[in-house]
Amino acid sequence: MGEPAKVAAARGAAIEAKIPVTVDAGFHVNSNHPSDEYLIPLKLTWTSLGALEGGEVTYPPPTMEKYEFTEKPLSVFSGAFSLTASFKVAANAPPGPGVASGKLRYQACNSNTCFPPKTADVSVAYQVR
Amino acid sequence: MSAFRSSAILSTALALGLFTAGCSGPVEVKAATLRPEKERKTAPDFTLKDADGKVVHLSDYRGKVVILDFWATWCGPCRIEIPWFMDLQRKNKDRGFEVLGVAMDDEGWEVVKPFLAELGVNYRVMVGDDLTAQMYGGVDALPTTFLIDKTGKVAAVHVGLTSRKDIEDGVEQLLQAPAAVASSGAGGPMVSLGAK
Repeated sequence: MGEPAKVAAARGAAIEAKIPVTVDAGFHVNSNHPSDEYLIPLKLTWTSLGALEGGEVTYPPPTMEKYEFTEKPLSVFSGAFSLTASFKVAANAPPGPGVASGKLRYQACNSNTCFPPKTADVSVAYQVR
Repeated sequence: MSAFRSSAILSTALALGLFTAGCSGPVEVKAATLRPEKERKTAPDFTLKDADGKVVHLSDYRGKVVILDFWATWCGPCRIEIPWFMDLQRKNKDRGFEVLGVAMDDEGWEVVKPFLAELGVNYRVMVGDDLTAQMYGGVDALPTTFLIDKTGKVAAVHVGLTSRKDIEDGVEQLLQAPAAVASSGAGGPMVSLGAK
């Protein structure tokens, strides 16, 4: 886990956080809207926003991929992509640094094997001016 | 607008990297290369409940050829194999053969029961737990299918989607095994097994 970048923002400012994700070659994860009700979606949930508000997550357009184990293409993410979270700095936020924390739940497969759902920690560092 | 950068990339990539390192690909065990009888180890016994709440022990099936399939509702490759197992169950249920499914869904019966009803699964399914998975070597990759001979020993392990023919040939070989051989290992010690 690397050190999160810090960006200064004024009280009341709207900001976007780009959250880069990389899936290892040969694997894919279901998109946020999987092709089947039983498949587990990629989902980022904020557990602590600190002095930020909102946190609505925008997911990239999925790709539709056909695999050996499917009759129809599946809605997936693979390779490198980014999620975007939209925040607003609280009007009464105290000046200084902070971190918004979240959990990214995903479930990965390759062409013939699937692995149990996992959760990765996500953090966004900020500095209120 | 300012853009923050966070570090989800590392944690996600790391987690998937571990998957890669821990499972370098499906271990394909051809039916023609079923483990020699002398090298087979007794499949660990377990106590789980089926969809009706009835207790199931693997040892209840000693004397039969068993497919023990670890799967989950969210596992696409598992869904390909399940109809194969239903066919095998239908064709061989009177020949001393049973399929047992172990669902590894964290949500348990809440998601497994509707799935079984949707597919019309005709064999016994239990919801698994960590203990059961550990007994069978972790079973992190799904599907993982164990072919168990009439003496309760593991004759083959398939990790990942395998070929239908390999499964069917393996079952047929085990069903045709001589009865004298089939009973020679009954009552052997329970041991933990690797999934590879």
